[in-house]
Amino acid sequence: MTASANKDRDVNENDPGAPLEPKEGHSSFGRLERVLRRGEFAVTTELNPPDSADPRDVYERAEIFEGWVDGINAVDASGANCHMSSVGICALLTRMGYAPILQISCRDRNRIAIQGDVLGASAMGVQNILCLTGDGVQAGDQPGAKPVFDLDCMSLLETVRTMREESRFLSGRKLTYPPHVFLGAAINPFAPPYDFRPHRLAKKIAAGAQFVQSQYCFDVPMFREYMKRVVDMGLNEECYIMCGVGPLASAKTANWIRKNVPGIHIPDAVIKRLEGAENQKAEGKKLCIEIMQEVKEIEGVSGIHVMAYRQEEYVAEIVYESGVLKGRKPWKREAAPDVEQLIETHETIQAEEKAKPPQEIVKEVAN
Amino acid sequence: MTDNSPANQPVHSTRPGGPTQATLVQKARAKLAFKPAHTSPTYRQRKYSIRLWAVKHSRFFEWFYKKFANAFLVLHPFWNWVGYNRAEAPVTAVERCVKGLLFDCRMCGQCVLSSTGMSCPMNCPKQLRNGPCGGVRENGNCEVEPNMPCVWVQAWKGSRHMVGGDAILNVQKPVDQSLRETSSWLRVTAQSAVEREQKEAAQ
Repeated sequence: MTASANKDRDVNENDPGAPLEPKEGHSSFGRLERVLRRGEFAVTTELNPPDSADPRDVYERAEIFEGWVDGINAVDASGANCHMSSVGICALLTRMGYAPILQISCRDRNRIAIQGDVLGASAMGVQNILCLTGDGVQAGDQPGAKPVFDLDCMSLLETVRTMREESRFLSGRKLTYPPHVFLGAAINPFAPPYDFRPHRLAKKIAAGAQFVQSQYCFDVPMFREYMKRVVDMGLNEECYIMCGVGPLASAKTANWIRKNVPGIHIPDAVIKRLEGAENQKAEGKKLCIEIMQEVKEIEGVSGIHVMAYRQEEYVAEIVYESGVLKGRKPWKREAAPDVEQLIETHETIQAEEKAKPPQEIVKEVAN
Repeated sequence: MTDNSPANQPVHSTRPGGPTQATLVQKARAKLAFKPAHTSPTYRQRKYSIRLWAVKHSRFFEWFYKKFANAFLVLHPFWNWVGYNRAEAPVTAVERCVKGLLFDCRMCGQCVLSSTGMSCPMNCPKQLRNGPCGGVRENGNCEVEPNMPCVWVQAWKGSRHMVGGDAILNVQKPVDQSLRETSSWLRVTAQSAVEREQKEAAQ
């Protein structure tokens, strides 16, 4: 592949795991920022973090998204449940050339730990950071843990922006090299106080948010209403807004989410539709695709964030069928041209070695 | 000494086919969950009527605080004579009682009530100082404490009654934990006194 073609595809030609060339007006060296700034409709997704110390678990889970998404969120103990750390997942993903989005929640670490993690992650090649407040510890599997919440999402955004732009810590101490990251935040247009939500987005932008991902959208009219106000305030020009979507596995799951997960708004009509369907899983997927097709037409929406928890294998299908990529092909790992030859040589060598048992080699030498 | 109270018993599934870990944790949640200092289970069961009343009358409190801050500033020579450090303890005690009653003040020492519609953000289980999280329930209550009205839903309501209510749109700095349990009244007074002096010096 030629160098120019690689440039269009946002790959560092020397090493897929390395950052891209710096670009005028860009704050990171990453692929996601380039896709969004080019005005293309971006697609991101979420990796279900493994409860294991095996890197292969991460690679396997990331592989199924390949060629379908522009960024992969590495969640930071979502729902206050313990899993592999987001910094660890991002470090593994950058090795393979993926574009991870590091989520940082304020629940578990104070400002000292968080600023250290930002530097560490950036050094590992992480280009995108999503700043979150995080769920309360009471929601998770270890409700007796101490909630930290030293910073909140807003002050976290401001802290990382200060590190990037002014090249200093919160304390004022100088950094010798700043973390070049594209800063993100989360929005939830579906929770009260509804009037305040667009203002909160404006606050997040003022604090440094460059892109935002929304909570699951199951109520398109409500999202449209929110976006109308956002567009009226001109916020979509200062920030890339990505709408969160996901397939519901069944009406039972939907009811469970409604009861147990505050902040996710599922209208009655959605549950009724799922209940009435013969194959609820297929219907959930169909509904998700329909929502995506509606949402991509809304003014001010720059991308979509697919959260298919425990249904990750359907992400590719959903993205394909919804047509949000409009024929564009996001980054995919490619074997180097000489890899096949290398494998062949390796196999011949192994076959030759197998053919001759060591006893024979010893005999040959002795003779 | 070993403590065998139920809260210290490990929660884990023992027999195959029994309830899952998640179910067990869910059942034991009320017992296990972290409880912040200065709150007891009974405290958390109470009604929030005074706090809500204060938010309802945020316009009055805004006006009153302005007068009150001015009075404190007039008293600046007196504070100087007593010494700000010596006045700290008694003023802090009074401030804790008054604001504790009205706003459930947590004595963070850097009061932002005028920017948050007279609803104290430190009562949020996540101590958010910049707006509501995404977990607010549809009835406007907290996701962590389901019977408490969300501090930030109230703050937004309160700020709409206030003249300077748009201060809620400013981004707040993170809390300086070294100022906890100190009087923000005295700090604000000392700061405005310094500012006033600087202004006079400039003229």
